[in-house]
Amino acid sequence: MSFSAIFAILISVIFVNNFVFARFLGLCPYLGVSKDTSSAIGMGMAVIFVMTMASIVTWPLYRYFLSPFGLERVLRTTSFILVIASLVQFIEMLLQKVNPALYKALGIYLPIITTNCAILGVAVLNIDTFFKDGNPLPGSYLGSIVQAFGAGLGFTLAMVLMSSVRERMEMANIPRSLQGVPIAFVTAGLMSMGFLGFSGLVK
Amino acid sequence: MSKWQIFKSGLFKNNPVFILYLGLCPVLATSTSIRDGFGMGVAATFVLLGSNVIVSAMRGVIPRKVRIPCFIVVIATFVTLVELFLAAYQPELSKSLGLFVPLIVVNCIILYRAESFASKNTVFSSFLDALGMGCGFTLALLLLAFIREGLGKGTLLGYELIPGFEPAVIMILPPGAFLTIGLLMGFFNWRKNRGKALKCD
Repeated sequence: MSFSAIFAILISVIFVNNFVFARFLGLCPYLGVSKDTSSAIGMGMAVIFVMTMASIVTWPLYRYFLSPFGLERVLRTTSFILVIASLVQFIEMLLQKVNPALYKALGIYLPIITTNCAILGVAVLNIDTFFKDGNPLPGSYLGSIVQAFGAGLGFTLAMVLMSSVRERMEMANIPRSLQGVPIAFVTAGLMSMGFLGFSGLVK
Repeated sequence: MSKWQIFKSGLFKNNPVFILYLGLCPVLATSTSIRDGFGMGVAATFVLLGSNVIVSAMRGVIPRKVRIPCFIVVIATFVTLVELFLAAYQPELSKSLGLFVPLIVVNCIILYRAESFASKNTVFSSFLDALGMGCGFTLALLLLAFIREGLGKGTLLGYELIPGFEPAVIMILPPGAFLTIGLLMGFFNWRKNRGKALKCD
C-alpha cells in the first residue's frame, strides 16, 4: 500500500467522512463527555486506542475464522461485539497493571466505550471497504488499521472542537428549553456544515 | 402500573429519543426519507421485542455478574436475524440503511430496557414495554424523517408535496439532521417546562 493511498484514507476519514459530522457515529459520548476540553481529549485518546486495537483484532478474525467457514454473514455482528467487549475489559486490566498513570487518565472512559457505536462501526466499515465477497483486497490489513486510527483522530478532533465551544457556551445566555443537549445539537449542525466544505476533497 | 401505562410511557412521557436522549445515532442517520426511517424503526422495534421477551424469560437464570455479556449475545442474535431477513427480502432497504443494521446491537435503548426493565419484570410486561419504546422510537424517527424529507426533497414517501417547491438540500445532508433534532428537542423541552410553570402558579 503506497504512502499516498494511506494519506488519502486518513484525509477521507478525518475530514470528509468524519465519524461524528458525516456518519453520525458515537454521538452519545460526543454529547456526554464534551463539557470540558481535558475530558474530551481523554475520551478521544481512549477511542483512538480501542478503535485501532479493535481493527487489529477483527480483521484477522474475519479473514481466518469467519470467512473460510462461511460464517461471515451469520456470526459477524455477534463475534465482533463480543471481541470488542472483551478487548475493552482486557485493555482495562492490562493498563491497570502495566501503566497506572495512563490508566488513571483513560480508565473512567474505557467501560463506556464498549457500547460506543463508533467502535463496532469502524470494525464493520473496515470489512465493508476492504473485503470483496469475503476476500481481502490487497493491502487491506494495513488499510483497515490506518482507517481505524484516522477515524479515532477524526472523532477526537470533533470532541475537542465541540468542547471548546461548549466551554464558552456556559457563559452565554441561552433560552431555557434549548440549554444542554438541544443547543449542543444545533452547534454540531453548524460545525457539520463547515465540514461539508471538505466534501469532494478525496474521491 | 397498569399494562396500558407501561405501553404508553415509552410513547410520550419517556420517549427514548426526545426525552431520554437514547439511540440518537440511527435516528439522525436513517431519517433522510420516511421509508428508511420506518424501516429502521421497525427493525429496532423487532430487536427490542425479542431481546426484552428473552431477557425477561431468562431473568432467573442469568447470573447477576455476567448479565451484560448475556444481554449482548441475545441482542446480537436478533440483530443477525434482522440483518439476514432484510438482505433477503428488502435488499434495497438493507443497502440504504447499510452500516446501521448491524449497529442496532449497540443501540443504547435496547440494552437500557433489558437492564432496567426486562430483567426485573414479567414476560408480558416486558413485551408491552418493548412495544411502547419501539413505537416511541419509530414515531420520533418518522417525525424527523417527515420534516427532513419534506423540506430536503420536497416529497413525502416519494410523492411530490407542493409543485414548484424548491427543496432545501441541506436538510437531507448531515447538518439538517443535527439542526432539526436540536430544535425539536428544544420544542419538547419548552412544552414540558411550560406545563411545569403553569402548575407552580
